[in-house]
Amino acid sequence: TSAQRNRSNAQGKPRNPTLKNEDLKEMLESNKESLKLEAMKRIVGLIAKGKNASELFPAVVKNVASKNIELKKLVYVYLVRYAEEQQDLALLSISTFQRALKDPNQLIRASALRVLSSIRVPIIVPIMMLAIKEAATDLSPYVRKTAAHAIQKLYSLDPDQKEHLIEVIEKLLKDKSTLVAGSVVMAFEEVCPDRIDLIHKNYRKLCNLLVDVEEWGQVVIIHMLTRYARTQFVSPWREEGGIERTIYSFYDSEEERKVEQTRPYIMDPDHRLLLRNTKPLLQSRNTAVVMAVSQLYWHLAPKHELSIITKSLVRLLRSHREVQYVVLQNIATMSIQRKGMFEPFMKSFYVRSTDATHIKTLKLEILTNLANEANISTILREFQTYVKSQDKAFAAATIQAIGRCATNISEVTDTCLNGLVLLLSNRDETVVAESVVVIKKLLQTQPSQHSDIIKHMAKLFDNITVPMARASILWLMGEYCEHVPKIAPDVLRKMAKTFTNEEDIVKLQIVNLAAKLYLTNSKQTKLLTQYILNLGKYDQNYDIRDRTRFIRQLIVPNEKSGALSKYARRILMAPKPAPVLQSAFKDRDRFQLGTLSHTLNSQASGYLELSDWPAVAPDQSVRNVEVVEPVRLPCIFILFYFLKIMLKIESESEENSDDSNKSSSSQSEKSSSESDSEKKKKTLKNKKLQQQKPDSKDRLLLIIMTKYILIHIVLSISTQFFVNCMCSLLHLCVFLACQFDAVSWHVHVSLQASSPVFVPETSHELLHRMTGKGLSAQYRFTRQPCIYGNSMVSLQLTLSNSSDQALENIHISEKSSTGQNIHRFNAIERLEPQASVTVSMGVDFNDSTQAANFQLCTKEDEFSVSIQPAVGELLLPITMSEADFTKEQGKLMGMNESSATITMKPENVSSQSVNRKVVSVANIGVIPSSQENIYRFAGKTVSSGSLVLVSVALKDPDAVITINTEKTVIGSMLLRQFKTALTNSGP
Amino acid sequence: MIHSLFLVNASGDIFLEKHWKSVVSRSVCDYFFEALERATEPENVPPVIPTPHHFLINVLRHRIYFVAVIQSEVPPLFVIEFLHRVVDTFQDYFGVCSEAAIKDNVVVVYELLEEMLDNGFPLATESNILKELIKPPTILRTVVNTITGSTNVGEQLPTGQLSVVPWRRTGVKYTNNEAYFDVVEEIDAIIDKSGSTITAEIQGVIDACVKLTGMPDLTLSFMNPRLLDDVSFHPCVRFKRWEAERILSFIPPDGNFRLLSYHVSSQNLVAIPVYVKHNISFREGSSQGRFELTLGPKQTMGKAVESVLVSSQLPRGVLNANLSPSQGTYTFDPVTKLLSWDVGKINPQKLPSLKGSVSLQTGASKPDENPTINIQFKIQQLAISGLKVNRLDMYGEKYKPFKGIKYMTKAGKFQVRT
Repeated sequence: TSAQRNRSNAQGKPRNPTLKNEDLKEMLESNKESLKLEAMKRIVGLIAKGKNASELFPAVVKNVASKNIELKKLVYVYLVRYAEEQQDLALLSISTFQRALKDPNQLIRASALRVLSSIRVPIIVPIMMLAIKEAATDLSPYVRKTAAHAIQKLYSLDPDQKEHLIEVIEKLLKDKSTLVAGSVVMAFEEVCPDRIDLIHKNYRKLCNLLVDVEEWGQVVIIHMLTRYARTQFVSPWREEGGIERTIYSFYDSEEERKVEQTRPYIMDPDHRLLLRNTKPLLQSRNTAVVMAVSQLYWHLAPKHELSIITKSLVRLLRSHREVQYVVLQNIATMSIQRKGMFEPFMKSFYVRSTDATHIKTLKLEILTNLANEANISTILREFQTYVKSQDKAFAAATIQAIGRCATNISEVTDTCLNGLVLLLSNRDETVVAESVVVIKKLLQTQPSQHSDIIKHMAKLFDNITVPMARASILWLMGEYCEHVPKIAPDVLRKMAKTFTNEEDIVKLQIVNLAAKLYLTNSKQTKLLTQYILNLGKYDQNYDIRDRTRFIRQLIVPNEKSGALSKYARRILMAPKPAPVLQSAFKDRDRFQLGTLSHTLNSQASGYLELSDWPAVAPDQSVRNVEVVEPVRLPCIFILFYFLKIMLKIESESEENSDDSNKSSSSQSEKSSSESDSEKKKKTLKNKKLQQQKPDSKDRLLLIIMTKYILIHIVLSISTQFFVNCMCSLLHLCVFLACQFDAVSWHVHVSLQASSPVFVPETSHELLHRMTGKGLSAQYRFTRQPCIYGNSMVSLQLTLSNSSDQALENIHISEKSSTGQNIHRFNAIERLEPQASVTVSMGVDFNDSTQAANFQLCTKEDEFSVSIQPAVGELLLPITMSEADFTKEQGKLMGMNESSATITMKPENVSSQSVNRKVVSVANIGVIPSSQENIYRFAGKTVSSGSLVLVSVALKDPDAVITINTEKTVIGSMLLRQFKTALTNSGP
Repeated sequence: MIHSLFLVNASGDIFLEKHWKSVVSRSVCDYFFEALERATEPENVPPVIPTPHHFLINVLRHRIYFVAVIQSEVPPLFVIEFLHRVVDTFQDYFGVCSEAAIKDNVVVVYELLEEMLDNGFPLATESNILKELIKPPTILRTVVNTITGSTNVGEQLPTGQLSVVPWRRTGVKYTNNEAYFDVVEEIDAIIDKSGSTITAEIQGVIDACVKLTGMPDLTLSFMNPRLLDDVSFHPCVRFKRWEAERILSFIPPDGNFRLLSYHVSSQNLVAIPVYVKHNISFREGSSQGRFELTLGPKQTMGKAVESVLVSSQLPRGVLNANLSPSQGTYTFDPVTKLLSWDVGKINPQKLPSLKGSVSLQTGASKPDENPTINIQFKIQQLAISGLKVNRLDMYGEKYKPFKGIKYMTKAGKFQVRT
């Protein structure tokens, strides 16, 4: 059939493929780029159809070094496809890739490595190895990501390279880029999943990076960390511990047991970290991520925390059919062990007539698992509808499910049995047959009370044609022939007539029935039995012949039969245990949830077993990482040096500031190819761009910009002379980036600064243009941590020239009238008429609202100006947990606490407006609160870093504002401002 | 992870193949064709099929099977989710994801697949990044390219690939800055014979079309965020802000995207906007059956119920239907036994009805089950859960964008058992 399929695909194409190849060859060898491209496009079309285009290899490979990027990419596609077949010719292209590996453009470097590592030619293994090692230390994280992918390719080509590759993996695991993390963990899983020791040091980093890793990487990391956690932490499941303990107590001495019992379980903080950091991912749009987190919780979380995954799993049922299938399978396994988890969502598993059959059966399975005394009547009512379904296979499955419910819940056994008996008069054969089979199983549990059912079935016997059902009825007759002494021989009589026309399975049961009747009622059935045994003796099927021979020897006493026939009755009429109706998902829990093996219920190759919890936790300290020294002295100098140069160049390039800067600045982020000096300049333009938007509230943009600036500094020095400082500088960068970053990078600072919740746009007048002889100045608080000093408040100054001549050399004079430490902006050499410029500066207000006075100078004049900070601007927001907040608040009672009761306007009572008003008055962070009507905020003073904790408790219509801080002056001033803000209406 | 991909059309032909590792012969698909033959409906093909050396994971979208070949253990949802992402990308690029569109753009498809997977592991799946690497084909661009010989392939690494906002490209510019949000809610319900609700729930999504210059930072808040019981976000939404304040704060991707999908908490009673009165009966021995349906509005908050479409799978014994609708048109397919009635808008003064008789095959016995009725409808300008957007603000850019929010309620899987 596949040949036919090929042929049907070939319709509408030229009949002679060789001629076509000649054409293509000609096109590839022409001088015209467009012809070559056209030829390559056709070739790719051939490959896509599964046609063989390997003949063209020499002509194609010539174009590997083409300048046209699309042509080059298509050649790559071709090469990867056919290199394995044409190894010698493929070698011709290698030098091109080796050259491209050194290209300044990171995209070209990466794609060269991708293709080089995809060429499955064993001879180039050493070249690949070298390229991977080099790329693993590349400055571009994108290239490093490609290197991580290449590791797996090389490993599958030559497994002997394992040791070297593990070295590279070890190096890349230390990488802090979120881009690399997923890919390197993937390589780890493929190459050396047993080297758990490589993970220890990176465990916490991976947990903390997880939220920011791309979604596919998240899945891989979560699965790996699940395996890791099962080897490193002790079981949080106390119920199991309880059972073990009782076993211990049997053998152990009294004292030991006491020790055992008094030691409560404490979760390893690293274990908790993993659970905490994966939880937000349950909200991911990617179903694979949600499933991965769910299985992590299933395998690692304490049982009482499991319920949080339920909702997310049920949500996935809204997704595509295929997703539903996999999720339902996992829910089926879970619901066997923990009914409670899904019981509230029972109705989500109700079957719709439009569901695909495999979805229907899975839902049925789950509903059956969820059945208990309380909900069984609802479930059975639902099942009644299913039994009537047009999809008969599904109806049959429902009958089996009813049977399972009946055996599991004894209260409803009778109801179910009666319902099933009613189904016996159904018109559909499959339904009847399935009912008979299920009834047979049910009757085995309590036969004595149900002789009328057996009689009823005997009556129906003539109308039933499904062999399995007929066989079941016959078996029931035989087994309980004492309950139906009159009917059974009659059935046997009928069967003797039709014996030859029955199916094999029915024939076996006829023989069986005959034997049993012979033993219990030989008077009536002796002749019949002999007749049937004779028929069986000459049957075509050897199973039936064998059975007949065996039965004859067993029941009919003759001289040859030994002791066995004495026991015939005991053998045949032995009480038989009732079959247990079990879920098909009973044994699936041996596989990790969410895996392919679980879905198939058989071990797939490459499946990694989930180990049992260790009895005693391995050493926890292996995961400790030396705390990164956040700032190293020489680095500060280097950084300041560059900041200084930056600001200088910035003022130089001021004149030619126009729109073109904007576009070039976005360019500079992309490329790492420009010369260093140019890069520096562009970096500065970046910086400026950021400052040109004085009322930009976009803090994320700011974060990105700042990161880029820092990274660019690193790049520029590294290629010059401070190579050895680079490492420490990187640490600094990360540290600084974290200061700005809202995303949780783990940094070892006690009070973790967070980004401001709200940045007001209002500017304050510093110098009016009338007093300033044309120079006007406005300032504004950016609410960001100041880059000039940790104790400074960051300010943005907008200077504009409204006079008709250019102003020169605008700067702040060196002498300051008050004692504040001011970081001045670099002198502005020239400000054109009607132009304005934004600069930033820092002032250390020393946690007081005392105004900072200084002189703003131009070439000709000096103007005295002063900046009066609002008390709310002397703070920086911090984040902490609610528990920490209350703990800290407890330490700051008594005279450190100031509070006031105010009457709120009704329009201010909503959480939003309270939050908005508080954060607009003061630069503090919002603490998530679990209580309604209590809002908490935290900040620290900029200079001394003292905590400032604010809580607003609403008690309709009143509100109590409480401020706890060591700085009582700041506390009382803040309180006054909050009072006015919250009592006033309006925004 | 993903070894190869085969695209199979409705008639069972492989029309595209792509391999990321060594080539897997297309004969591996024979196992898939076997399963396809066994399945009674196209949807009934099991999504995961084991073969002696490989595993086939397939999804069915737009009447095309995307069959991925796997060699070793991998989370099946990982593959399924990726395949759906591939389909979404094709749809985004070509407008439709059909066999013809894929065959016409086979080079772009190949280039896309090449970028989306490296060695079987997803590399770039974010539509904004892909569009910078490979520009979507337009008629104008095709013409220009053939004349000038320029290409659709970008030469630089997209900025998104390295930034913390990979979903947004830099340097976006529009003359009209617009942000539109559609709040679409679907009601899933099963109504039993007597008209009482067995189960009903509301699922909603907020789809956005954002065309804004630069790097805007948007916040969207709701009047009643408590309604949202369970939510899943586009990666751009700041989770912590949602946790703390129930405000959606995000830097939007450029173009169309799904911002949020949510589930309305089950404590709230679900308003059922339509009711069905039905009288479908078959008599034993007679070859005729009665069929009567009447639709009416119920709890619609004063809004009109539009685009109503009723469909029902009649029992196998039904030969033909002879019905007369009071409005709209109906069709009955004697082969698939599918009855569908395109009602249109429900006029509360004059309720639409479909009455008549159905004829059974002679000698066929009375069907033991009455058919299930599936209903589709739309209600404009209403989110049935009562969810309301409070405000939408933009920070980070100076211009004033044009903002719009639209509400709509649709029937999801809305079934009436008779």
